Order: sequence, then C-alpha cells, then structure tokens
Amino acid sequence: MNLFLFRRVLGLLATVLAASLVVFIVLEVLPSDPAALMLGTDARPDTLAALRRELGLDQPSWWRFVTWIGNLLRGDLGISYTYRVPVSELIGARVEVTLPLAMMAIGLSTSIAIPIGVFSASRRGAASDTAMMAGAQLGIAMPNFWLGILFILVFAVWLGWFPAGGFAGWDKGVGAALHSLVLPAFALALPQAAILSRVTRASVLETLGQDYVRTARAKGLTATVALWRHAVPNALIPVATILGLQFSFLLAGTVIIENVFTLPGLGRLMFQSIAQRDLIVVQDLVVLMATSVIVINFVVDMIYRLLDPRIGAGAQ
Amino acid sequence: MKPKLSLYIGVGLVGLIVATALLALFWTPYPPTKIDILHRLARPSAAHWLGTDPFGRDVLSMIMVGTHTSLLVSLLAVSIGAGIGIPLGALASSCGGWVDALVMRMADLAFAFPALLTAVMITALAGPGATNAMLAIGLFNIPVFARVTRGAALSVQERDFVVAARATGRGAFGVMARHVLPNISGILLVQITIQFALGILAEAGLSYVGLGTQPPQPSWGRMLNDAQTFIFRAPMLAVFPGLAITVAVLGLNLLGDGLRDRLDPRLMARR
Repeated sequence: MNLFLFRRVLGLLATVLAASLVVFIVLEVLPSDPAALMLGTDARPDTLAALRRELGLDQPSWWRFVTWIGNLLRGDLGISYTYRVPVSELIGARVEVTLPLAMMAIGLSTSIAIPIGVFSASRRGAASDTAMMAGAQLGIAMPNFWLGILFILVFAVWLGWFPAGGFAGWDKGVGAALHSLVLPAFALALPQAAILSRVTRASVLETLGQDYVRTARAKGLTATVALWRHAVPNALIPVATILGLQFSFLLAGTVIIENVFTLPGLGRLMFQSIAQRDLIVVQDLVVLMATSVIVINFVVDMIYRLLDPRIGAGAQ
Repeated sequence: MKPKLSLYIGVGLVGLIVATALLALFWTPYPPTKIDILHRLARPSAAHWLGTDPFGRDVLSMIMVGTHTSLLVSLLAVSIGAGIGIPLGALASSCGGWVDALVMRMADLAFAFPALLTAVMITALAGPGATNAMLAIGLFNIPVFARVTRGAALSVQERDFVVAARATGRGAFGVMARHVLPNISGILLVQITIQFALGILAEAGLSYVGLGTQPPQPSWGRMLNDAQTFIFRAPMLAVFPGLAITVAVLGLNLLGDGLRDRLDPRLMARR
C-alpha cells in the first residue's frame, strides 16, 4: 500500500507539473504582450524594452518557466504586472469569496440531490419518481447563469429578499456575507444537484438489487431500514466520485456566476487579469485551479479505496 | 421518465429547434438586427410576440436567428472533438502499450482543467468571437471522445467476431473500421448528443460574458447579458433566450437518453 501510495503521489506531482507546462505554453503561443499593453501603442521602443526587462520578459521562455515553477514550489506566486503587489495577496483576497461560494454550492447540491435520488429510487416507476426525474432533466438543461438571472428577478427585484449582486464583505459580519452568497450558491448548486440526483438514483437502484439487501429484508428489516442502513451507504461510494468531478465544474461555474452577481472572487480576478494582460496572475490562477481539481480527485480516489477495499486489491 | 417517451420528446424538441433554424434562414417576423428606438423595450404584443429589446429589435426574430449561432458553434465543436478524439481513442485501443498510455495520460491531463475556465482564457487572449469559442469548446471535446471510444472499443476488441476477423488476416485498421467502430457507433452517437448539448451551454456561457459570438450577430447568451442590464424595466427579456437554451439542451439530452435505451436494451432493466 505504501509503495502504491508513493507511486500515486509521484504521478500526481507529474500531472501538476505537466499542467503548469501546458498553461505556460498556451500563454506563450497566444498573442499577448503585457508590456505593450501597459504602455499603450505610442510607447517608445526603449521604454518598452526597459519595462520588459523589469518584468523579466526579455529572458528566454524556458528560463522564465523554470524560475516560475521554482518560485511556485517555494510558495512564491510572483508579482502582479499591473498592481505591483504579490499575486498571493490578490488571490488571497478573492479566495475569501470564491471558496465559501463553492463550498456552499457543494453542500447545497449534495443535501438536495441525495434525498431526492434515494427517494426517487425507492419509488421507482411511481408518479413521484417520474416527476422528480423530469425535474432533474430540466435542471440539467438550464444554464446556471440564466438561473442566476431568474433568481435575481424573483428574489431580488420582485421579493427583495436578497441583494441583486455584490458582496457584503466579511467585515460586515458572517451573516451579511453569507446572505449575499445565497442566490449565487443556489444558481450554481441546482444544475449540479440535478446531475447528482440522477447518479444517486441509479446507484441506489443498483444496490437495491444486491443479495445483501434481500438478506436484510429476509431477516425481517422493514424496507425503509434496509434502504437506509444497507443500500444507501453502499450506493454513496460512486456518488462521492461524481462529487469530486463536480468540483471542477463548480470552479469553472463560479467564473460565470461571479459575473452575474458581480462578486469580487477568483472569476472576476481572472477576467480583470486577462483584460490587463496581467499574465502572471492568469498563469497562477489556472494552475492553482487545475491543481486543486487534481488534488481533490486524488483524495476522493483514496477515500474510495478506503471505503471499498475490493478496488485496492487489484492494484496492489 | 419512460424511455420511449423521452426519445419522442427529445426528437420533438430537437426538431423544433432545427425547424426554427431552417425557417430563420428564409424568414423572420422582422430583420433581427433592425434597430427601432421608438418601440424599444416593448412588452409582448401582437406586433412583437416576445417584445423588443433595448434597441427596439424584435426578440422573437433575434431568438430565431440565435439558433444558427448556437447550433453551428456546437456542431463544429463536436466535429472537432469527434474528428480528432475518435481516431485517437481507436488508435489507443488497438495499439495498446505506450501509445495507449500516452493518449490516456494526455486525456487525464486535459480533464484537470475546468473546461469553461480554460475556454474563457483562450477566447479572451486569442480574441473574442464565435470561431475561437468553437475552437476552445472543440478542444475540450477531444479527450472526452478519445476516452469513450477507447473504453467502448476495448470492450468489443475481445469479442468473438472481432477475434475471428483478426484471424482471417485482416489488418488492425480494417478490423477497427469494419468491425469495431460500427459496433460502438451507438455509444458514440449518444456521446455526440451529450457533447452537443454541453456545447450549446458553453457557447451561451461564453457569449454571456462577451467572449463568444459578437454583436450584431444575435446569440442567446449575449441577449441574456443585455437583458440583465434592463432587468428592472423589462424583466421578460431575461426569460425567453434562457428558455430557448433550455429547450435545445433538454431536447438533446432526452434524445441521448432515449437513444441509449433503444440501443442498449439491457440498461432498461435497471431504470
């Protein structure tokens, strides 16, 4: 197991490194000159050259890649071209919005999807099952940013329960801050919940057909107890994997949803940095997001093995 | 939902969207880009069924022409993904060894990037527009098709009829083209409908943030962005383009589900 874990971690590091290389190459290939953009079109060539030297852009590509990775490994994300402050400061301030938003969305999505999926599976074929799965189909088809706009229309414009956008800030108190994240979190969560409820239903149906559930019923457990004590825990293992994959969608989703609700999160930072050709920030952001996706899926995979020893047996 | 029913509804909704797209080639109630400031932000009425936008353009006409953008971008993105991904997956499954490992590691790597996020980066830097949006979405379809093709092909690879074909001396390419691919075409078709639906969602998202289709060419995502600015004065503007997206995506997803059940009756038992 230890050797196996060691190899997996090595593979993980290689993937992160490869991902950084891909991001770096993409940004090298795409037409963009931060120095030219910062100084405008009528800049004198020698000023341009001086700025390029200052930003380190006159170095060969491979050297810039090596120093960037070297610094990343030491936790140094570099200095923003535009704001001249450490990138870690810029990102740190935005994470305070995006991370709680993503966590709220994942929490909401799970707590909506699992009861619906289990209930739907236990009533397989009934009208309630059909209605819930039709609702799920609809949820999957609705773009989350449209859902966000509809929420603004209903809950902000008509009912006035929530703000139409913006972030209150944590210094105004946890309640106020979370209040401004409710609508965006629901907009992000519902389409994901729709997908998750379908996966949960399919997985519960699969376990309901297993011998151990029949045995549980045969020894006199009621259908409800057999369902919740024997079928559901086993059914949730594949659900956990999907949850890990959804994290990637959620991260990308926040980029759009933060635009709908004008939230000062990582997504907005990404748009700003691209517009200003603050490429070091773009580079760091994409690599950070890719790394978090890789790490989360790795952790889910490891938990999966702990929960279901049959999977580990083949790999050792 | 009953499998047959979902297939019928799916065919119906996709048919509706395609018919609208074809009709819009020849006829729309008004020219979709015609500005008419006197009648801006009109409510739905007999003259303008779905009302008019902040420039007085007819919303119904814009939505009808918007089908072109949506379908075309998504269709080309799926073509890129399938055109490169399917051969890659087939190659990986029939070569095995390091070729297989290389293709699959590359696919794994691509999955680490949140697709929409990276599409935002690519379109923003390469220049906003429908072409770059299509390329960016297509790029992320490649690993999906490569994985699905490889997985499905591997499961057919050891079946008796494929082994028999190999025994008759047919080359790897011939076996793949004549025996393996036709047998997994159903799975690939289902994947195509799913990616098509995701492509429509992605195009709408990119256009919403201003990176996809550029004005004056109407697009559903762009219309939603414009609508948000006027949400207090004309709330209905925010409803119809979103409905159009939902109908298109729902239709394709139901079609995919229905096809899957029809092509693989064994799955029916589990539904």
